[in-house]
Amino acid sequence: MRSKIAVVGEKASVMGFRAVGFEVFEVEEPADIFSIVERLVKEAYGVVFITEQALAKAPGLLDKYKDTRIPAIIPIPGRDGTLGIGMENLRKSVERAVGADILNH
Amino acid sequence: MALIRVNPTRMELANLKKKLRTSQKGHKLLKDKRDDLMKKFLALVRENQELRKIVEEKIMGVYEGFVIAGAVMSPEALDEALMMPKQRVELEVGSQNLMSVVVPVFSFETSGGEGDNYSYGFVSTSGELDSSVAALADVLPYMLKLAQMEKSAQLLAEEIEKTRRTVNALEYVRIPNLQETIRYIRMKLEENDRGNTTRLMKVKDMIVQQAIEEQKARDEMAG
Repeated sequence: MRSKIAVVGEKASVMGFRAVGFEVFEVEEPADIFSIVERLVKEAYGVVFITEQALAKAPGLLDKYKDTRIPAIIPIPGRDGTLGIGMENLRKSVERAVGADILNH
Repeated sequence: MALIRVNPTRMELANLKKKLRTSQKGHKLLKDKRDDLMKKFLALVRENQELRKIVEEKIMGVYEGFVIAGAVMSPEALDEALMMPKQRVELEVGSQNLMSVVVPVFSFETSGGEGDNYSYGFVSTSGELDSSVAALADVLPYMLKLAQMEKSAQLLAEEIEKTRRTVNALEYVRIPNLQETIRYIRMKLEENDRGNTTRLMKVKDMIVQQAIEEQKARDEMAG
């Protein structure tokens, strides 16, 4: 299946990704994030990279799509560094599977 | 433990025994599945964690390059330089069956960027921009690998959770209930049997008594 890759986040972080051929969606209002991602899901994007800074303003977004095969919504650090959301997300899925957090300890 | 509400008959007993066998077999199979899934999942998650660290570092490096480029160039020039990409990334989504969990497989193809993937002339841009774009192109495969792994990990986690729930339900609810109900029916049937035997003995006693009395009456008539 042919699909596309999107990068969602604030302008300063994501504009560079355009140069390598990703489709970039700049977020100006935090409220827009949900509608942008929803549109991407409808248009069958395979992978959506989203900056942690944007994700921090849209709680619950990751959980909403975690059980569908596509899109894979993957947190990436924004320009201001990583907030640990990506790792946290990984830890959560371990907790879900094992019933306890066994990573990092 | 709750009894399953059934009639205590031999037929139900046979049915329940069959159900118990199926449940026990299913329980064993699912337990094996859960253990195997868990093994795969943990290996995947460890690898995933490593890869995420690498990707995060690399992306941060790329940002630094862009910050420097942004400092050297005017924002407008930077915008303009990045506005029309030459290269396009096409994503191919396949699927793979990992222990009955269908996970996506991402592979990608770049098109359009013959020779180099700079979407701008070199006159109005700085060298930092070139190296940042090149670095970003390097990170791209890692990012996709990360995406595939994280999605697989999430889907596996879901499947493990489901399997674990089923295993627990079988182990702690379904199987004990069946066992208890089977025991109940057995006891009920035995009780019925005993009741029957006593009744027969009683009837036999009565018949014998009657026979004795008849004999006595006949003896008196004769005597």
